[in-house]
Formats: sequence, C-alpha cells, structure tokens
Amino acid sequence: MTSRRAFLGKAAALGGIAVAPGLFLFEPARAKGVTSKVRWGMLVDTTRCDEGCDACVAACNRENGLSGRTGPDDSQWIRKLELKEEATGRTLSLPVMCQHCAEPPCVDVCPTGASFKRADGIVLVDRHICIGCRYCMMACPYKARSFVHYPLHDQKPDVPRSQGCVEACTLCVQRVDRGEQPACVEACGATGRQALFFGDLNDPQSEISRRMRAAGAKQIRADLQLDTGVRYQGI
Amino acid sequence: MAAIAMREIEGRSRGWWGLFALGGALLLGMLLAWHAMETRGHVITGMTNQVVWGLPHVFAVFLILAASGVLNVASAASAFGKGFYKPLAPLSSWLAIVLLAGGLAVLGLDLGRSDRLIVAMTHFNFKSIFAWNMFLYSGYFAVVALYLWTQLDRTAGRHSTLAGRVAFVWRLVLTTGTGSIFGFLIAREAYSSALLAPMFIVLSIVYGMAIYLLVLIATCAGSGRELGRGVVERIGRLLGWFVLTGLYFVAVFHLTNLYLAKQIGVERFLLVDGGVYSWLFWVGQVLLGSVVPLLLLWLPATRGGRGITTLAAALIVLGGLAQMYVTIVGAQAWPLDLFPGYEMRSSFYDGVIHPYAPSLPEAALALGGVAIALLGALLGVKFLRLLPANLSDESLQPGEGAH
Repeated sequence: MTSRRAFLGKAAALGGIAVAPGLFLFEPARAKGVTSKVRWGMLVDTTRCDEGCDACVAACNRENGLSGRTGPDDSQWIRKLELKEEATGRTLSLPVMCQHCAEPPCVDVCPTGASFKRADGIVLVDRHICIGCRYCMMACPYKARSFVHYPLHDQKPDVPRSQGCVEACTLCVQRVDRGEQPACVEACGATGRQALFFGDLNDPQSEISRRMRAAGAKQIRADLQLDTGVRYQGI
Repeated sequence: MAAIAMREIEGRSRGWWGLFALGGALLLGMLLAWHAMETRGHVITGMTNQVVWGLPHVFAVFLILAASGVLNVASAASAFGKGFYKPLAPLSSWLAIVLLAGGLAVLGLDLGRSDRLIVAMTHFNFKSIFAWNMFLYSGYFAVVALYLWTQLDRTAGRHSTLAGRVAFVWRLVLTTGTGSIFGFLIAREAYSSALLAPMFIVLSIVYGMAIYLLVLIATCAGSGRELGRGVVERIGRLLGWFVLTGLYFVAVFHLTNLYLAKQIGVERFLLVDGGVYSWLFWVGQVLLGSVVPLLLLWLPATRGGRGITTLAAALIVLGGLAQMYVTIVGAQAWPLDLFPGYEMRSSFYDGVIHPYAPSLPEAALALGGVAIALLGALLGVKFLRLLPANLSDESLQPGEGAH
C-alpha cells in the first residue's frame, strides 16, 4: 500500500514537472513591456481607399505567412469590403479586420481564456490554450476570425500559427513590439494613398488622435457598444 | 400499490446483439472520422470559416438537450410526486447519463485541438457560458449518478426525493446554460434572445421523453416483457403536452423576432426563402416533428399503441434534429450584417448566403454520439435493474394519480 502511494506521489510530481513549463513559461512573455497607458488603434480613411487596391491584404499575408488563398476554408485576417448603399447607390471600399474591441465578445465567450486582450488593447489568441471550439467565431460581429482547417508548413518564426486553432489580425503585434507599424499600414502608405493610420488612441497628441478629433471617426456596428480600436472615416 | 420488482433484461437476443453491433460499428466510424480530422484537419468536413459549427454540433446539442429532458420521467416521480413514474425513473436517469456522454463526446472530438481537452478542464474563463457548462455537465453526471443510486439501492432510497429535486433544479440550470450558448451571441441576428433558454428547456423535455419512449418500447419488445397500453398512453399523453408547449415557444420566438425590423431579413430567410432550412422548419420540425406526432399521441384511435407511439417518438426525434439544424446551421448561413443598408461583397463571402454540406467524416462523428448513447442504453438494461419486471397496466396502474 505504501509503495503504491509513493508511486502515485512520484507519478503526480513527474506529471507536474512535465506540464508546468507549458502552463507557466509563456505567461511572463505575454505581459512583457505592455502597458495599459497605451491603447493601440487604427484609423481607416475610406475616402482614400480605392476599390480594387488590396495592398493591405497582400502585405498582411506576406508578413504573417498566410497563403493568400480565398477558399471557404482559408484564413483571411484582413479583407477588402466593397459596399454599395441600397438607397443612394453610393459606393465605398474599405478593409475589415479584427476591430480590437475594448469589450471583445470573443474574449467573453472563450471557455479557456485563450482569447485575451493585452493591456495595450490588442486582442490576441493564445495558441497554447486555444482548444479550437470556434465559439469566438460565433460571437464575433465582424467575422474577423479564421480557423486553421489544414496542416501548416513553412511558418514565419515570429508569427506562430496552429492547425485546429483560431486566429485573427494581431495588429502585427510582433512589429508593434519592435516599435514598427502594422504591415498593412506601411503597405498602404507605400502606395501613396495613406488610407490607414496606426497609433496610440490614449495619446491626444498622436496623429491618429488628431485626425479623429478633426474629422470624427465611426465604429462598425457602433450599436453594439464594443468600443472598437479600429475606427473609420467616411462611412 | 404493491412493491414492484425491478429486473435487468437477459440481453442475449438477436435484436440486442444486432443493436450492439450497430452501435459498435458507428463508434468505430466515429473514431476513424476523429483520427482523419485530427491528421488532415477540418478541411475534410463541410464546416468552413463561414459555417463554423455544423452537423456534429447539431447532434451534440440535441443529445445534451435530450439528456436533460429524459430525466423528466424521474422528475415526475420525485419532484412532482407522481407515483406511477417511480418504477420508470431508473431507466430515465441512466439514459440521462449515456445521452450526455454521447453529446459531450461529439463536442470534445470535434474540437480543433481535441488533444487539449485537459486544457479545457484546467483553464477557465468564468465569463464564458461554455466554461460554466463544463461544470454544469460534469456536475450533472454526478448528481444523476447519485440520484440513480438512491433509486437502485434500498438503503439509499430514503434520499431519492431529495436527490430527485436537486437533479430537477440542476437540469433546468444546465439547459438554461445550453440555450444561453446561443442566446448570448449578440452578433448573430437569429439568436440574441433570452427566449432561447426557456425554449430549450421545453424542447429538451420533448426530445428526452421521445427517446425514453423509444427505448422503453424497444426494450420491452426485444425482451418479451409485457408493456401495458395504458402505460404507453399515459407517457405519450404527457409528451404531447410538451410538444404543444414547444410549438408555442417556437411560435413566440419567431413572432417576437418578426416584430423587430432588423430581424425580419433573417426570419424571412429561415421561414420562407431559406430553401433547405425553410423546408426543415415547416415540414421537418413543425409538421412531421410536432403536429403529426401530437395527433398520433392524442387521438383516441391511435394513442397508446406501441407501433404508433414508436412512430410518433421517432418523428419527434427527427423533427428535433431538423430543429437543431435550422437553429445552428441556418443561423450561420445567414451572413452577418456589418453595414445595415448596404450591399456587401468581399473575398471572405460577406453579404452572401453561406452554403453548407456535411461530409461523411463529420456525419460519422455526429452519429458516434448516438452510438455511445445506444451502447450505454444496451449495457444499462442488460446489467442494471432499470425497469420493472412487469410493465402491464395491472402492475403499474397508469390510471392512478393521472391528471
């Protein structure tokens, strides 16, 4: 009896040692250098966004190692939406991606806490604890999330993805943490159109805040009061 | 009433072994499908980034609802004091356990990372109704198992009323949780209603009691045990009331949605223009799944007959699956409206009806849940004393205490 108890004790300890790194080691990395003094956001000036231009989409795919395929099973972190107002016939073109809500429904519904919001407002999926239930995809009002339907090869080292997990726009968190801008914003600027602006919504002196103050900006589905981090002008 | 002897069945008939083999084959199919989905990914299913929950979820939610509702037979005895149902309670409790096991197995094996089930049991976000459900479901196993023990063990029997009441409250909360999985989804126009929770409670009783009747009649027929017409009629009559109540809730749910201008589009889609979804609603759920069985269960010429009641219960089960299909898949087929008043198009299928066609692997996964429940039921009636040795009208007295 004693030996069995001892064996069980050792087995439990070994199990704990085996599991602990996976459970705890990534935690500090998640919080490193991130502060709630900053709230990262993006402004889309739809008056400068051209129908047919998909520089932002191509840049996102390149940066994050997405295939660029657009089948029903493929991941699309950002897509161009072409709109036509039914009453007037007015047309609009704009990119839609994760809106990085301050009150994100995906974070609320995620059973394991894999969907989380960083202190600086970026909404992410922790690939270590996402179980692939897709409840967040049911909950997102922006259809911003994709599920990885097939095995992945040749991934980018700083953008880990996983078959069977859910993923979405990270605001290029790997670039933001290096002090750079998201790939879509940079690519849009390179076309000369400059329809996308990235910056700190909490800083009244940031360019994004000044532009929003001057011309106003709206949220998609503002009625849901999710306080999105991505705002639009001209809608 | 004299003490009623409870007895297991012999479980050696050709019918028992035939069903056991069927269950085993379906279970094997489930495991093969799961392995294929694990290795090749969900790309081999019909589920996509547009319709993210499909046939496995239709079956899983149906089985979980039935698991809650099937206990209604036991609740009628312990929570509502109807003595007639007391000897019928152990089978209902056992079925609650095996149906829940079947439903949860489907949900668990459909996960993109089903190898991480342990993560789901060690990391909890208590704002998520899914996380709450994990406690409600595992707790339900424990509560019903204890309740069953009080029914089967003579010394524990004095606690059976208390255990029955706890189980009764537990299943109401559990089904509220299941309904709220959808009710809390503000993004989807077809959901976002507090009415989903009470509606699911009623529907759970409908599905559960129909399955109870199917198992009861099949067990008695297969084991040569006498089953009184009055017994079948009484359970069927009660089931009829719940079918009617279910229809009422469905009508109120859709009528309230139709009152809201922004919901009219999705309601029109589900009820009129939705093709397979509208057909499944009117013909599957309403006509064959509710109206026809209600008539069969209530009309003096048909009520109480074993064959007719089996038909009625089977129709209710099929209607229930149709209803879950419309509720779960139909709601996702309707596109999210990001910009009301605008036509939308994009490479991500915005603004268009999303097609969905289940593939063989996901159908096998879904049927595996049924197989688990079937195998559990077969083993239960063979090894546990779940049913009275004699279910004749003389023995069970269905006329006593009837409303």
